[in-house]
Amino acid sequence: MDKQPILQVNNLGISFSQYTKGLHRVDLKVITNLDVELYEGEILAVVGSSGSGKSLLAHAILGILPDNAVTEGEIYYNGKLLTPEDMERLRGDEIALIPQSVNYLDPLQQVGKQIKITIKDHEHQDEVVSDIFQRYGLKKEVENYYPFQLSGGMARKVLLAMALVSDSKVIIADEPTPGLDEASINEVLKDFRDIADTGRAVMMITHDIQAALKIADKIAIFYAGTTLETANAADFEGDGSRLRHPYTKALNRALPSNEFVPVAGTQPLPNELPHGCLYSDRCPKKTKKCEVERPRLKEIRDGKVRCLYAT
Amino acid sequence: MRLRAEEISFKYNNNDKYILEDIDFSIESGEVVGLLAPSGYGKTTLAKILAGYEKPTSGQVVLEGCESRNNGYAPVQLIFQHPEKAVNPKWKMRKILSEAGMPPQELIDAMGIKESWMDRWPTELSGGELQRFCCIRVLSEQTKFIIADEMTTMLDAITQAQIWNVVLTYAKKHNIGVVVISHDACLINKVCDRVVSLTGDKRDVISPHIETNQISASC
Repeated sequence: MDKQPILQVNNLGISFSQYTKGLHRVDLKVITNLDVELYEGEILAVVGSSGSGKSLLAHAILGILPDNAVTEGEIYYNGKLLTPEDMERLRGDEIALIPQSVNYLDPLQQVGKQIKITIKDHEHQDEVVSDIFQRYGLKKEVENYYPFQLSGGMARKVLLAMALVSDSKVIIADEPTPGLDEASINEVLKDFRDIADTGRAVMMITHDIQAALKIADKIAIFYAGTTLETANAADFEGDGSRLRHPYTKALNRALPSNEFVPVAGTQPLPNELPHGCLYSDRCPKKTKKCEVERPRLKEIRDGKVRCLYAT
Repeated sequence: MRLRAEEISFKYNNNDKYILEDIDFSIESGEVVGLLAPSGYGKTTLAKILAGYEKPTSGQVVLEGCESRNNGYAPVQLIFQHPEKAVNPKWKMRKILSEAGMPPQELIDAMGIKESWMDRWPTELSGGELQRFCCIRVLSEQTKFIIADEMTTMLDAITQAQIWNVVLTYAKKHNIGVVVISHDACLINKVCDRVVSLTGDKRDVISPHIETNQISASC
């Protein structure tokens, strides 16, 4: 192995314990065998439908899962196994999150001040803020606004600005684009690319493959809490025949810019997961073996796939 | 039948700025028309006006060939972008679905709605699962026009294709007109017969629409 990932998630599992009736407790496993690798200078897009475990992955890396969550598996940062204490130390400094919900802003602080918290270079704080505001088309007076005075798109831009001006080595962006118009989306995507090109690493969590393909180097496909495939962005070119997993191929064919054909069925819910391959009930290539054996992640053509028959 | 908006203007009471100004728009039965504009141009406001959720400040919406739309089943149905905000959180899915009459089983199956989802609360389903319910409940023979406001923006590609497939097949069969509001030019290009763009020169006021059948070459 020539290059070491800055962030590596191995076999992550997350379960939530819930009380159903009285003191009767059940553990609901929402993530199983999740694997992700992130390298410096690279953009990894994590793509999957809602409920596939994308946001939970981000929260697990930062150690901000709710109290009733139990995790298994390992998360390595720079080759070192992360403990909960490490996560607390790293988050905000080395690993920055751009949260999905715009409710994450402090409601009682002007947004300009909130952004300045993340800037290490205290002497040039004002310039850095006005610079990034100008780039995102935010007016100067917005610095003095409180979050309730912002529109959805403005709040999104403020969240982005906060992470971009920090010195973090890893940026995890959880659905950074909804609510933004096309020009702003392109601006944001371009910023991510620039950040990665300076040697930092970006993990972009999204359901929008088309946006992901514009900038990402690699794409991890999540399904029902598992990584089904990690592909290079180039694998999606043409008819997508270089893709490895039947689900990824189906996803690619379903794009409006391609054939726009759906596949029947839905992603299984956490408490209804099949015994074997998680995609087996929708897969056209399914065999008896798929129903009983859960495939391991294997390396094929410079990518990874969790399918017994992938070539 | 034709749904027609005549010189629609709209502003909120406490604001002098017009969100929509002198908009003309019309759609025939069985037609699929795309409405394309950047965010902030009033697409959603126009959708609400067409569906009768908002009254325009001036101008009118006419449903030609249809009698009063003030009582009974609304012939113009709106599908919202955020399904979690469009369902009653205190009702279970079966009740939500049957409010306007239970759809036939084959339609439920085509939409991929599972029987086990019926006894759940809305919070126990994902956005894609909820949006299937919100789409299927407007598919009725009494529906004449469907306004789909960013109907699948929050969904993954497969679910998006699934839902559009069912809605468009039903609309075609029952001669329903569909207005597709989206920022996704590829999607609009794929499903629409005709595209109306709401972009004008000025940022704060929308000038009367320009009709175009040419959208970005990337699709």
